[in-house]
Formats: sequence, structure tokens, C-alpha cells
Amino acid sequence: MSHQHLEALDVAAIREEFPILQREFDGQQVVYLDNAATTQTPDPVVDAMSDYYRESNANVHRGIHHLSQEASNAYETAHDRVAEFINADGREEVVFTKNTTEGENLLAYAWGLNELGPEDEVVLTEMEHHASLVTWQQIAERTGATVRYIRIDEDGRLDMDHAADLIADDTAIVSAAHVSNTLGTVNPVGQLTDLAHDHDALSFIDGAQAVPNRPVDVKAIDADFYAFSGHKMAGPTGIGVLYGKRDLFEELDPFLYGGGMIRKVTFEDSTWGDLPWKFEPGTPQIAEAVGLHAAVDWLEDIGLERIQAHEEELAAYAYDRLAAEDDVELYGPDGSDRGGLVSFNLDGVHAHDLTSIMNDHTIAVRAGDHCTQPLHDKLGVPASTRASFYVYNTREEIDKLVDALDDARQLFA
Amino acid sequence: MGLGSDMYRQQILDHYKNPRNYGELEDPTFTHIGENPMCGDEIRMDVKLDDDEETIERVAFSGDGCAISQASASMLSGKLHGKTVDELLEMDRDDVIDMLGVDISPMRVKCAVLAEKVAQDGAEIYQGELDVEKTTTED
Repeated sequence: MSHQHLEALDVAAIREEFPILQREFDGQQVVYLDNAATTQTPDPVVDAMSDYYRESNANVHRGIHHLSQEASNAYETAHDRVAEFINADGREEVVFTKNTTEGENLLAYAWGLNELGPEDEVVLTEMEHHASLVTWQQIAERTGATVRYIRIDEDGRLDMDHAADLIADDTAIVSAAHVSNTLGTVNPVGQLTDLAHDHDALSFIDGAQAVPNRPVDVKAIDADFYAFSGHKMAGPTGIGVLYGKRDLFEELDPFLYGGGMIRKVTFEDSTWGDLPWKFEPGTPQIAEAVGLHAAVDWLEDIGLERIQAHEEELAAYAYDRLAAEDDVELYGPDGSDRGGLVSFNLDGVHAHDLTSIMNDHTIAVRAGDHCTQPLHDKLGVPASTRASFYVYNTREEIDKLVDALDDARQLFA
Repeated sequence: MGLGSDMYRQQILDHYKNPRNYGELEDPTFTHIGENPMCGDEIRMDVKLDDDEETIERVAFSGDGCAISQASASMLSGKLHGKTVDELLEMDRDDVIDMLGVDISPMRVKCAVLAEKVAQDGAEIYQGELDVEKTTTED
């Protein structure tokens, strides 16, 4: 994809909106490269949430008073804004959850537990996050369904021939990551969805690492369900989104029960409220919804295509710089067609040791299995170090990361 | 050493690069394994007791993982020599951190205490007071 026509980001101006990036430890300014875990929150998002608490705070839906009307309006409008953002057909298709993981669980419990049986197959990929992998494993165990995994090739891309073999008439659902949180691979989720639909199976896409950094159009993908998290896209923690096609959401029973999601309750029975509220029982994340709305505004002001171009440029730069080091092993595809993250190991240095040494330089990266233990087993390493980028990161920060490798080499030589 | 890498003082790096008592005993009185699943640290501890069935005569360890977990196992294997099983069971995480002689950040404490916990669980299994296949330091 060419981004030549896009104007580069004014990173210096963007960084002004993140006071946390000015923080120092031991006199060294923080280099924040842990964005696949969580992104930092710009002032406009913090301000929106703070203004909400200072000026409009009340419970939603059932209030007749002014403040409750304001809070309800803010909460409901946030659904509309998110729907517009991902090209969904209105708030009915946008359910607010706690995070991507809860979105996976909502569908797995509300649909999987009721609909799956011993003859059904759930098709995942070998690069699934535990949020999807563990959830479907458990649902399969309880329903007798079988979980199958689409293989990855040597470059860390999905083997689509294998996908075409695996996805068959027994397939009930295909659940796949849009962008791998470990390999950075961008998966052909539209193709996977087509394969699923060819066999009357559902498609669930985990967009946690995609929505923050590229334009996502759920209609273009034709995904039946699509989940993501607010805190990985400059928004607050505690809120995520589960998109679902309206007719599918209408057929689905609720996952959690309580107030706010019912139409009529008697001592004997209850009926469910309208979409999306039937999936949002109890007092919801109102301030977080306001924050998510502000984050969507903030991202679209910058432009998702420009953000994608910036991330791809940084990822390619980091990949090339690390690939030039003989003692660094990189995982996932090379080239620019990858998400804004790079996972690697330095020969002879455990990922946790390397990450501790990075921390001595106030460089924040993540070590571990990144919630993809089976994938790490396949790669033959217990853990890796992951550097992940966002709108405010620079080439200079990646240079610091590469320079710090020398320190680790000296210590462990 | 400089560079602020206090966690990697010479002693730890030395034990990591040249582990003491590395390997497996031919006739251990008890042997046990453990891991930190999130880090991939794995340790096997073999312990041979004296004829009095109380005094630790030899310890060997094997496994792989980060510098902190492996150095801790190496240092512990030497420290346990001549101690009684009860003394082993009385050890706590502070003893391990004192032994390492560095500040261990909270997230790395589980790496530091893995070997101690494996040896202790092995001893308790030997005494019939514990029944686990594998020790894990994840809560």
C-alpha cells in the first residue's frame, strides 16, 4: 500500500498532548515502546472524561432529571460515534464491553455455549491471543466441539491453503486476529470471513491491534463480529467494543443479566430490551464511553491512514535496524506490510534480562509470551521482547532501543 | 559495572555464565521440577541427603531461563550444602534476595525465588506433606 500522498504526522505537536512522555526516571526521559499492551492517553481524552465527571455525571437510561439526560445522551452518542468510526449500521450494532477479551467471551458464552455441539468445529489461527484461544478451548470442552488451528508459514503468515482445507461444512465459527500482537502479521480477514460464509459459518475478528492504527470497515470485511479495546487506541481502560451484525445480535441471548437490559420483568419471567442495551446490563462505563468517543475524534482528526503510514514506517525501520544485527532473531513477516510492532530475541540473553536492561535506559518494552504461549512454543522460544509503536514514537526512540542492545551484549558476553 | 545494571552485578552474571552444581544427581533422595510459565524459566533440583536423612549432602540443578532464575539456582545449590531439610523449609524470599545481593524489581521476584520454591516443594513432597507434580511461581 502506498502512502506517498499522505502528509507525515507532526509528531512533535502530537507529543505535546501526552505529558507522560516527558516523564523521567533517573534523569532519562521515558521511551515508551509498549503500545501493543496499552497506548498513552492524550489530554483531550483525559479532559473529556474529567469534564464529564465535573459537569455531567449521573446514571444513565432511567433518569428524568437534567444530569441523567446529559449523561444518557453522552453515553448513547458514544455508540453512534463508534458505529460511524467502523462503518457499522448504527448503535444497535455496537456493544460496549470491558475490553476485547470480554467481547470474545460474550460471544463464546451467549452463542458458543448454546449453539455448539460435538459435530461442530471452531477454527482459530496459530497466532491467536489467549483471549480467543483459551476462551474457545473452554467452550469446546464444555460443548464437545473441536478446535482447529490454521497454520502459519515460515514468514509468520497464515497458510491460506490450509485455511481453505480446514474451513469446511463442520465449521461453526472462524475466529482470527486482524493483526497479530506478537508477529505483527496483518491477516486477510476478509478472505477468512468469505471462507467462513461459504460454509455457513460465522466470523469473529479480534481487532485489538488493528483498529488503533488503520482504517477498519466492518462492512468491507463482512465480519459477523469484530472486537477491540479502547485503551489500545488512545482511549481509556475499562471499555471495549463488540460489533455484531444486527440480525445476529437480535437472535442472540444476553450474556449478563441485570438492570438496564430488560423490557418487562415479572416474578416469573423477563423480556430483553433493545439493542445494544440488552448486552449492557448494570451501570455501564459512562465516563469511559465519553473518553472512547473523544479518542475516536482525536484519531480521526489525525487520520487513520496517516497513522497507519507512520506505524508502518516505524515498524519497517525497526525491523531493518534489528535485522542488521547478526545476533538478533526477529519473528513475523518482513517488509512494510505489518502492524506497528516488532518481536525479537538477542542471542544469549533471555527476553526478561534484555527487557530489564532496556528499563535501565528507561526504555519501556515488553518481555514474555505476549499471551500467545502456543505460538511461542511453535517459534521454539519461551519468550520474546516486543517493541510496539504508536503515533507519538520516533525513529530516534528506535535508535535508542538498538543502541541499548550493546549494553546487554557487554553484560552477557 | 556501571550502566545502572544493578540487577546484574558480577556475581549473578558469573553464576549465570558458569553455573555451579549444574546437572543431575545419579541417586537423589528427592527431585522436583518447577517453572514460571509466563517467563519460560524452568528448574529441576536434585537433592541427596546424608544417611541421617536430614542433612543435605549434595544439590544439583538443571534447566534454563533468565539470568536471575539460573544464578539463583546456582547460588542456592551451594548454600544448601550441609544445611538440614528443616533449614531449607525455613528459608523465605528475603533469604534468596539477600543471597543474590541485589535489588530485585517486583516483577522479577518470581524468577529469583523459583529454585528455592522448587527445592522446598521437593522436600515437602519427600516428607509426604505436599502433592504436586510441578511447582509454579505464578499465583
